[in-house]
Amino acid sequence: MTSAGPLAPAREEERAAAVALPGWLWLPATLAFALIALPVVGLLLKADWPRIPALLLSSASVDALLLSLETAAVATALCIALGGPLAVVLARGRLRGLRFLRSVVLLPLVLPPVVGGLALLYLLGRTGLVGKGIDLAFGITIPFTTASVIIAQTFVALPFLVVSLEGAIRTAGERYEAIAATLGATPALAFRRVTVPLILPGLLSGAILAFARAMGEFGATITFAGSLQGVTQTLPLLVYQQREEDVDAAVTTSLLLVVVSIVVIAVARPRTVQGVA
Amino acid sequence: MTPGLDARIVVRRPAFTLDVALSAAPGEVLAVLGPNGSGKSTLLSVLAGLLHPDGGHVRMGDEMITDVGSGVHVAPHRRGVGLLAQQALLFPHLTALGNVAFGPRAQGVSRAEADARARELLAAVGTAELADRKPSQMSGGQQQRVALARALAPGPDLLLLDEPLAALDVDSAPAMRSLLRRVVRDRKQTALLVTHSALDALVLADRVMVLTDGSLVEQGPTRDVLARPRSPFTARIAGLDLVPGVVGPNGLRTADGLLVSGHAEGVDEGDPAVAVFPPSAVAVYAERPSGSPRNVLPVRLAAIEPVGNTVRLRAGAVPGGPQWVDGLAADVTPAAVADLAVEPGADLWFVVKATEVGIHPASS
Repeated sequence: MTSAGPLAPAREEERAAAVALPGWLWLPATLAFALIALPVVGLLLKADWPRIPALLLSSASVDALLLSLETAAVATALCIALGGPLAVVLARGRLRGLRFLRSVVLLPLVLPPVVGGLALLYLLGRTGLVGKGIDLAFGITIPFTTASVIIAQTFVALPFLVVSLEGAIRTAGERYEAIAATLGATPALAFRRVTVPLILPGLLSGAILAFARAMGEFGATITFAGSLQGVTQTLPLLVYQQREEDVDAAVTTSLLLVVVSIVVIAVARPRTVQGVA
Repeated sequence: MTPGLDARIVVRRPAFTLDVALSAAPGEVLAVLGPNGSGKSTLLSVLAGLLHPDGGHVRMGDEMITDVGSGVHVAPHRRGVGLLAQQALLFPHLTALGNVAFGPRAQGVSRAEADARARELLAAVGTAELADRKPSQMSGGQQQRVALARALAPGPDLLLLDEPLAALDVDSAPAMRSLLRRVVRDRKQTALLVTHSALDALVLADRVMVLTDGSLVEQGPTRDVLARPRSPFTARIAGLDLVPGVVGPNGLRTADGLLVSGHAEGVDEGDPAVAVFPPSAVAVYAERPSGSPRNVLPVRLAAIEPVGNTVRLRAGAVPGGPQWVDGLAADVTPAAVADLAVEPGADLWFVVKATEVGIHPASS
């Protein structure tokens, strides 16, 4: 230690420079962490490992996994296609009542999904406001189809994408677009070559959140789409059904959802989950 | 050479009205000085087309790009008005080359041609080797150089310089200042410089206008305005002592052949230049002092003015002595004035250390 001068602080000292935490914080923090982590451990302990391969390869399980991935992917794409422009309008639009619109957009976040599903049913159902017209005009019934699963998932996932993307657009500001304009770029070109690349990280994290929310969607789906194997029965719905018939199968399917969630966290981690926008 | 600018701009805000007429000859650099809130940024936004004025017009050469009376408002991207702001604001997702090529590409120039022009401009601002770097891999000074190349790339008719040196550290500002001077002047680029710095105005601008509370309070050739400020704001930021001449060995040679010692940066011998020093760096003696690395100037005291807590002694020429000392100022303490026991008309010696004198390029 003799050679280390005051300008060469030891590693420990650097770490200690952070503000010390009050000791009592550790207790609730540990409880909170346990509340999140232990249930998953419980699942792992409860799992009937020798039966897992057979359970996973059952037709209901495979159908549900494929349907979940497929519908969540389409719902995420819809969120980007519809929610992206909505986020731009909310962030940049100069419209009266924009604040009111923004709070409406947050509705699916706070509304119980079952209520959302019911609302969708009465809007798009055979006798619903819009559903009736679609039925008469095209002979198409939406509820209890794969399309209805996608609509329900898009409904609940949309705010995640919009909120995350709107934040990114606000943070990026309009200064770069102003510079692009002085360089001769039309508004359309500036949007494509400047705005979109700047907000891409925000779009990506929003899309990942939306995908995760769509994968986990249950309440709105069961109300609006039912639980028909291969058509509307996604993984969460399968878990719910198996829970009453075969607990081991329910645990196995749950573990599958845990794995999918962990993959999502691993992909999204640097930006979304750690809060580094 | 780019076309000239002629504008009258009126912007009304609840607490403030900007009403100013300005013009710049083709290839001329006009500096706009003014305290915060005087309307400088509003003025730039109107010229760039980012803000609609409440009245007036903006004409570049023969083309009217804003005319409130007849409802003309050419969109920002069709005006040919470039902008270099305090922050470089390089597009973070593009390389230096991509940033500079952006303007030509937006104008429909082919990729190969745009890249070639971008490389040429990057070389002109001394950042050729940074072409493939992203902004996050460059220093602030490097970013600002690239931003200058980017602003010039579309060949703007008018270049707006919005405090382009304000965010740079003291090490990179002088180099950027002389780069701006060289690039803007060599191209005969009509430009409008907004700045707080008398030095920037002196080095870069042909003419200066001073804005206060949205109106023009003073304008004229840069050196005149800065050497003899008439508004309090100008006096505060400027009030510098200026001696015109050409660059000589270790200093500046005046028209009558005298040498003013100082340190020169980015200037070549024989170039028109101006020696600049603050009045606070001038010591005043009743008898000619001895000592080597100093400029000793004979003056006849013209006026004594109080300036804050100090006293400003204004010089006039001594018959037979150098005429250019006329108007030079020395700021001294009231006690020093009492010790000197002088009155206007007295012959004195103004003494300035060579280290206090900066030699800067200037228009002849």
